[in-house]
Amino acid sequence: MTAPWLPDEAPQIYAITHNRDVVSIRQTIRVLAQRCRLSLVDQTKMITAASELARNTLVYGGGGAVKAGLVEKDGRRGIAALFEDSGPGIADVNLAMTDGWTSGSGLGLGLSGARRLVDEFDLVTEVGVGTTVTVIKWAR
Amino acid sequence: MTERVPILRIGEVLVVSIQFDLEDQTVLRLQEDLAEQIVRRAARGVIIDITALEIVDSFVGRMLATIAEISRMLDAETVVVGMRPAVAITLVELGLSLGGVSTALDLEKGLARLRRSTISDEA
Ligand SMILES: Nc1ncnc2c1ncn2[C@@H]1O[C@H](COP(=O)(O)OP(=O)(O)OP(=O)(O)O)[C@@H](O)[C@H]1O
Ligand SMILES: [Mg+2]
Repeated sequence: MTAPWLPDEAPQIYAITHNRDVVSIRQTIRVLAQRCRLSLVDQTKMITAASELARNTLVYGGGGAVKAGLVEKDGRRGIAALFEDSGPGIADVNLAMTDGWTSGSGLGLGLSGARRLVDEFDLVTEVGVGTTVTVIKWAR
Repeated sequence: MTERVPILRIGEVLVVSIQFDLEDQTVLRLQEDLAEQIVRRAARGVIIDITALEIVDSFVGRMLATIAEISRMLDAETVVVGMRPAVAITLVELGLSLGGVSTALDLEKGLARLRRSTISDEA
């Protein structure tokens, strides 16, 4: 999935290499979500999804980056975030997307929960190469 | 270096009011600090006020559930207060229903809940 970024505003890239980056990504996503006028509930869902994905990038991907910004399609605005790492990748995507499955000590809700919280979800991964997760939430 | 969330005491109740968006390390530290203080101060109840939290993700959600479990084992009861409606909706959709965590709308109702259950314990 390629996100339809706004033509007049390039998305920004933020590093995810430290715990505190997860906190600042939540703040960045909040600002963007307010700018494209997501409802309060939709803002909360998008920030929560971003928080889950940023933590996965850090913990399992060994760090990476997120590219975030506003998108537009068919006259609708939204917010997109693309999380990218060059970590180990995910061998079994179906398993990883299962509620409650974790290879670590989490609850196994990050990926599957994030997918439920957003409008569009796309995961591309290759073992030994890395993982990219793109999410979009549209304003209603 | 990580920040630390202060733990206050009102009678036999420990009160934690989370005032800012927490890093994961700070969340883990709060969990440990609370377990230790429940025992050291012989607390019967714990109130975690999350009024200021705009989001609760799986990490903080798990901390709330874990504190509730730990306090139960240490003969105390945990009440989470001030959860925003948007946070509740999001948590359910995320898949975290926090079944074992008792909640109250605000600090006052949370304190009243703990008072009632400690009185009925003694009766
Ligand atoms: N970026 C990534 N790189 C490699 N593996 C990943 C990545 N993201 C997720 N995974 C794998 O997918 C599993 C499921 O991820 P998910 O976020 O759903 O759960 P979790 O992180 O284990 O727990 P939770 O997010 O509930 O705390 C992880 O345990 C991990 O094995
Ligand atoms: Mg996760």
